[in-house]
Amino acid sequence: MSSRERVYRVEAIVLRRVDFGEADRLLTVFTPDRGKLRLIAKGARKPSSRKSGHVELFTHDQFLVAAGRELDIIVQAETVEAFLPLREDLLRTSHAYYLAELADAFTAERDENRPLFHLLKDALGWLCTADDLALLARYYELHLLGIVGFQPQLFLCGNCKKELSAGTNYLAPGEGSVLCQRCGADQTGTVRISANALKVLQFLQIHDWGTCRLLRLNTPMHAEMERAMQHYLLYHLERKLKSVDLIHRLRRQLEMNQR
Amino acid sequence: MATIPPEPVTRLIEAFSQLPGIGPKTASRLTFYLLRRPAEQAEALADAIRDLKRKTVFCSICFNITDQSPCAICRDETRDRSIICVVEEPLDVLAIDRTGEYRGLYHVLHGAISPVEGIGPDELRIQELVARLKNQPVQEVLLATNPNLEGEATAMYLARLLQPLGVRITRLARGLPVGGDLEYADVITLSRALQGRREM
Repeated sequence: MSSRERVYRVEAIVLRRVDFGEADRLLTVFTPDRGKLRLIAKGARKPSSRKSGHVELFTHDQFLVAAGRELDIIVQAETVEAFLPLREDLLRTSHAYYLAELADAFTAERDENRPLFHLLKDALGWLCTADDLALLARYYELHLLGIVGFQPQLFLCGNCKKELSAGTNYLAPGEGSVLCQRCGADQTGTVRISANALKVLQFLQIHDWGTCRLLRLNTPMHAEMERAMQHYLLYHLERKLKSVDLIHRLRRQLEMNQR
Repeated sequence: MATIPPEPVTRLIEAFSQLPGIGPKTASRLTFYLLRRPAEQAEALADAIRDLKRKTVFCSICFNITDQSPCAICRDETRDRSIICVVEEPLDVLAIDRTGEYRGLYHVLHGAISPVEGIGPDELRIQELVARLKNQPVQEVLLATNPNLEGEATAMYLARLLQPLGVRITRLARGLPVGGDLEYADVITLSRALQGRREM
């Protein structure tokens, strides 16, 4: 498919959106067959715009796009799925930001990645009803890493290639792998991971969400898994993910209110 | 032989091109337009620009932009002091006041929560709002942030934060725009319009 057609139709999920010019918006969207695109939605900030509601963040839409000189322009827009519950609960909203930020961070423009589109679309859908948002975030991280080519090896030691033992092991982002107690103990830049946390991560990596969502984990286990995964992501992205702060802050606020 | 424009001209062109929506071509056009106009007009423009920063401050109460703190709205004794309308930008104050429907006070946040752009609750005037409500309790806080995801997130965050203060918290209604067409309405707007339907 040539990207030089004058008008084309795409399915897309809106990842980011910034104001542009007088009343326009510049969108970063993710599409199944054209990867990540930057598109202009003309006049989308006017209340009477027919487009504004269809170019909201984290909606799954159908766009008719006209090729522009530099940026392509959205001519028509229609929502396929609005993921309404994401908009009515702040903790879900902040997780949606996280899912979108990760997809944005790990992709380049116009790089087709159909599996990632489907993962993102499914994850936003699950996020509407999931009980354990942190578990969904970990599931999404592991599957996204697999799709974009940074899948961590969680079953064999990255160095001696032996099966990992039940004790403490080490997650080494530089190796893209877990190291066993013998190989990992003296390595720098690694993070310790307990046998139980590793088991859950392994489980998440190879099962689908329908199975994984039944897992029930306690808070310390969640904290350990999150620490390990953030360490791994930070190493490969070389920058902090901005939406993580908001998630932590909301969680703290929630805990305080419950007390 | 081409001559480059003198330094004062290039300096102004450069200054204009820093403005949003103005490229090098428009900047040159504006500069050469001013060159042809009488000196007073250029002086008046220069004064206006200088005064913009020198003579405006943030209102110490509502954080709107004003020439004198507290601002005219906060000083106005005839306004309803039992309600505060929370908005994202100073321009939103103008928009809401123009309706003539609202006669209460305002609070300007100067933005909305947008994690991806690096704007969290600490970057907004939220602590100031909480302090203001503790000092001078009101009956109602009207959350009038934009009806988009960032605005909604900010409203939800504020609602949760202000709940313990025991103040009535309301949100601007959302629905269909005047002059719009039902068939072009999006799912989000239409579902909110249905939820918020009224007796006739």
